[in-house]
Amino acid sequence: MSGVLAVLEQRDGVLHKSALEALAAAQQVGAELGGKVFAAVLGSGVDAVAQTVAGYKLEKVHAIDHELLKQYTPDGYTAALKALIEAHRPEYVLFPHTYQVRDFAPKLATALNRVLVSDLIAHRVENGALVLVRQLFQGKFNADVRFAGEPPYFASIQAGAFRADKLEVGSAPVEKTVPELKADQVRTRPLELFRESQRAVDLGAAQIIVSVGRGIKEAENIAVVRKLAEALGAELAASRPICDNGWLPMERQVGSSGQTVAPKLYVAVGISGAIQHLVGMKGSKTIVAINKDPEAPIFEVADYGIVGDLFEVVPALVEALKK
Amino acid sequence: MKIVVAIKQAPSRDSQLKVNASGSWIDDADLAWEINEPDAYALEAGLQLKEKLTGEVVVLCAGPERAGQTIREALAKGADRAIHIETEKYGPADPLVLARMMARALEAEKPDLVLTGLQSDDLGYGQTGVILAEVMGLPHATIIMNIEPSGGGIKVKRELEDGWFQHVEMPLPALLTIQSGATKLRYATLMGIKKAKTREVRRVAAAELGGAGEASIRLERIYTPEKTKQSQIFDGPAKEAAAKLVEKLRFEARAI
Ligand SMILES: Cc1cc2nc3c(=O)[nH]c(=O)nc-3n(C[C@H](O)[C@H](O)[C@H](O)COP(=O)(O)OP(=O)(O)OC[C@H]3O[C@@H](n4cnc5c(N)ncnc54)[C@H](O)[C@@H]3O)c2cc1C
Ligand SMILES: Nc1ncnc2c1ncn2[C@@H]1O[C@H](COP(=O)(O)O)[C@@H](O)[C@H]1O
Repeated sequence: MSGVLAVLEQRDGVLHKSALEALAAAQQVGAELGGKVFAAVLGSGVDAVAQTVAGYKLEKVHAIDHELLKQYTPDGYTAALKALIEAHRPEYVLFPHTYQVRDFAPKLATALNRVLVSDLIAHRVENGALVLVRQLFQGKFNADVRFAGEPPYFASIQAGAFRADKLEVGSAPVEKTVPELKADQVRTRPLELFRESQRAVDLGAAQIIVSVGRGIKEAENIAVVRKLAEALGAELAASRPICDNGWLPMERQVGSSGQTVAPKLYVAVGISGAIQHLVGMKGSKTIVAINKDPEAPIFEVADYGIVGDLFEVVPALVEALKK
Repeated sequence: MKIVVAIKQAPSRDSQLKVNASGSWIDDADLAWEINEPDAYALEAGLQLKEKLTGEVVVLCAGPERAGQTIREALAKGADRAIHIETEKYGPADPLVLARMMARALEAEKPDLVLTGLQSDDLGYGQTGVILAEVMGLPHATIIMNIEPSGGGIKVKRELEDGWFQHVEMPLPALLTIQSGATKLRYATLMGIKKAKTREVRRVAAAELGGAGEASIRLERIYTPEKTKQSQIFDGPAKEAAAKLVEKLRFEARAI
């Protein structure tokens, strides 16, 4: 085995919160398959962040530095990483499954005639080869996936699937490269980042949250769960489609593109439990799910659940709470 | 502006899905089907752009015969014509094989803009659009909420993590993957449904486009995930289940 390369996302010298999980994955896979572990960081002026990464047990850190990599673009990142991979031929290339990785890693794999296994949640080694586990149908099922054909093999890792606190520290050399990039290779022009609105509601401070999903069917029905929230003294929150529809304001959205919450009690009503929702609430102390589908993935993280029609269950709960 | 929108047919959202006997895929014999959710928003974005700039919306769909229904629905909403890549029931081996077929099917089209959803509800690779862009040699951007013409090209709004957004400018032709929920979806009108019947659907057999191709990843087995938490699940009459839950929350979890 010729090695495992972890590509670590950074912005303005700060590593992405999932980057070290990808590094932990690379260390683990490297140990299991008997391969050396490498890391790469890309950007302009990445010396300091490369030094941070060099504090882990690695064969080498590739610091890929170029003015044209200062701002992320799929063309720039793909060209730079393609050159690195062709020069060093790692067998496995691992990424955190971030928005940025979603944006360029499939392109990079395609440029090398391969397919990325996206968003893996677990892995195991069988006969010296990796079997990767990823979710299908928004988390309803898992699938075992294998690579076919020749390396390099590309995979991205779901947040939380590997633990950064298991990282082995060490001292690795940093190798700086300036890739050959020309301005006309980069076809898109990224402008500044911006945020849309201030958040008036701090769901993070709530002790109890009642959260409503698309099972509620119509805007008028929100009143049904509002009664439950009142009975519990809870804040009302929602899954993304509810906020997209304008049935509740955006600031009440929980999930990867909304708020992250960890209340004492989180009651999910008519929410299926897609990963983008789960990442925003799975740290809650006690989780209750109410869903008519016994296979809904929300039940996998629930401490207590009621399988049933929310339009019967929620009013019954309100009654029971009065007793 | 010529806009191609890639749409996939997926099991409808409220389906009770079961793994099939061999564990190779779901049992899809008696399912209801609909357009993959973000693809409905990609179609809407395409139709709105066409209304603003004039031009044509062509839908592209790879799937078995039943996908024809989803194609008709897209035509009824206002797409001008369609290309149906006829695949076997389970479709192509991996998203690269699929994207190559799609690219070949589009060779004669020379679209100005290709729109896809950001992710399919079933396989959920979240990749086909980006792969297609690379195969077609187009610049791309993902998780797009808004598209505006700008100079000779376009300016798009990308969703980023933690509530951040970014505008990106790019030349045409280009490919965008569209996020759900950014606009309201239209319904098909009676007139639209009537017109859809007369609109062209070009059917191309997968074999003509290179066929199954060699896969680089292989889906071995699908299964229901093991529960990682010991959950206590109550069912039966709502009243009893509710009473049990409240008791547990009060005296066991001490959460209320
Ligand atoms: C890049 C990206 C970012 C995202 N960010 C977020 C995010 O921040 N937050 C978020 O929530 N989502 C986010 N999503 C969307 C996410 O993938 C899911 O689509 C969304 O969470 C689904 O919402 P839901 O559970 O309310 O709806 P659905 O998945 O449609 O689930 C509805 C549930 O209600 C149940 N139900 C229906 N009727 C009843 C009834 N009468 N009684 C009881 N149960 C019933 C059904 O069984 C089903 O499980 C994001 C997606 C992407 C791709
Ligand atoms: N069989 C298909 N036919 C047409 N478009 C597809 C097909 N599969 C995927 N796509 C498009 O690619 C997007 C991403 O799919 P995926 O990579 O499977 O998550 C979808 O939202 C569709 O727009």
